[in-house]
Amino acid sequence: MNFLARTWVGEWLTGLGRIAVMSRDAVMSLLTFKVTWKDLLYQIYFIGIKSQSVVLVTGGFTGMVLTAQTYFQFHKVKMDTATLAVVGVSMCSELGPVLTALMVSGRVGAAIAAEIGTMRVTEQIDALRTLATHPVDYLVVPRLLASQIALPLLTIESIVLGIGSGYLVGVHLLGIDPTYLWFNMLKYTGNLDLEIGLVKSFVYGGIIALVGCYKGMTCGMGAEGVGRATTEAVVYSSIAILISNFFLTLVLQRIAQMLL
Amino acid sequence: MIEVRQLKKSFGSQLILDGVDLKIDSGQSAVIIGRSGGGKSVLLKHLIGLLQADAGEVLVDDENITWMNERQLFHVREKFGMVFQGAALFDSMTVAENVAFPLVRKKKYTAAEIEKRVVAALEMVDLPGTQKKKPAELSGGMRKRVGLARAIVYEPQILLYDEPTTGLDPIVSDSIDKLIIRVRDQLKVTSVVVTHDMRSARRVGNQVFMLHEKKIYASGPPEEFFASADPIVRQFVDGVADAKEIIF
Repeated sequence: MNFLARTWVGEWLTGLGRIAVMSRDAVMSLLTFKVTWKDLLYQIYFIGIKSQSVVLVTGGFTGMVLTAQTYFQFHKVKMDTATLAVVGVSMCSELGPVLTALMVSGRVGAAIAAEIGTMRVTEQIDALRTLATHPVDYLVVPRLLASQIALPLLTIESIVLGIGSGYLVGVHLLGIDPTYLWFNMLKYTGNLDLEIGLVKSFVYGGIIALVGCYKGMTCGMGAEGVGRATTEAVVYSSIAILISNFFLTLVLQRIAQMLL
Repeated sequence: MIEVRQLKKSFGSQLILDGVDLKIDSGQSAVIIGRSGGGKSVLLKHLIGLLQADAGEVLVDDENITWMNERQLFHVREKFGMVFQGAALFDSMTVAENVAFPLVRKKKYTAAEIEKRVVAALEMVDLPGTQKKKPAELSGGMRKRVGLARAIVYEPQILLYDEPTTGLDPIVSDSIDKLIIRVRDQLKVTSVVVTHDMRSARRVGNQVFMLHEKKIYASGPPEEFFASADPIVRQFVDGVADAKEIIF
């Protein structure tokens, strides 16, 4: 048991260390402007544009169900018009960034790990290195940068859709007064909630790209190795998003209180 | 010149190389032979810094590359071109993009210069007019030729070949051998070929090294090496399995 724990903890710490080294290399590469615009734009297209359907469904239906659930509880204490305020705050600071990141990690994180993992298995990464190209410069940096640009934009889209669909459900399905519903939402949903959500999504974008790239670059040989890397990329990035969400919430709220 | 001194490498608990010594002079065409899984490709990857030794030294033109990090190795790798066993072409790119890749990354050539060099490299490997094809549309032999075109397009001083004829039929293997010889003679490069194809080894090498039991067991010019009476060398050259190794 002790041996298993030591081995597991050892591997986990080694993995964290390697991701930290890869992040350092990526930041150094970013600072020396080694990224090519063509690669970056393609990755933004792949991560941002191609995730539209996932984000539309996630944002829209999360806003709708949240509105319905909140209304059912608030209606008992005659607070119907505060329904969208709850939806607005939740979507901006928690549900928008977290659910968008989880959905994107499933699509993009898996794709990154599978693509880079296949490159590793077929010696394409070694070929890159023999051609005097650092794999971090060529593979990690464009994906990291694109993910950190695309995810906040996708999160904004998800938030707008969530609040918009919640408004439509509230007004047309649940019969809440539209003026007060909208007024209360604007009153209680501050810029700060949106800013916290965007900072979170920027961090989650980094987590998705780094975990996907790391799992791809360290994957085992053969189809089994690529399959495992793909699964682990999704599982680990999702867990990292959920755990970091708690700490980010505490830290960002504390910073916000200090600034106000 | 490439020199390897007392190179040792393990993967986990498995020792692969145990004190390999090797010296390849400039302009030489060296062939490294040995049994499958014997560490030939591992040795080759140490020469270009793709793998880092556990002990020992690798020197390229008297420069010790053993402990260099990835970015320090860039200027050393510019001297090398490498052809991989499976060609390792970038499958999202066309043939032209694959061959142009090292030139594009250097950022010192114009588009016209790159195109001219790509056309010349593809002509050299007898694949003119294939620029727009994708690697998936090519046969095994063609893929290796494109891999070679990508390796020579920036005119390296040393070419490494990892099992260039493995998996190819005898006729295509013969054409690859002739290509290796032609590239060696025309570009005046140092060649290091890892193979277990004896016919190929006889033809392309002017120095043969045999890796056996994790060390260089025998070496010499091809005519001398292939005439050796050493039982281990003879067994490998003649392709005779021990009775206990025969698998039914």
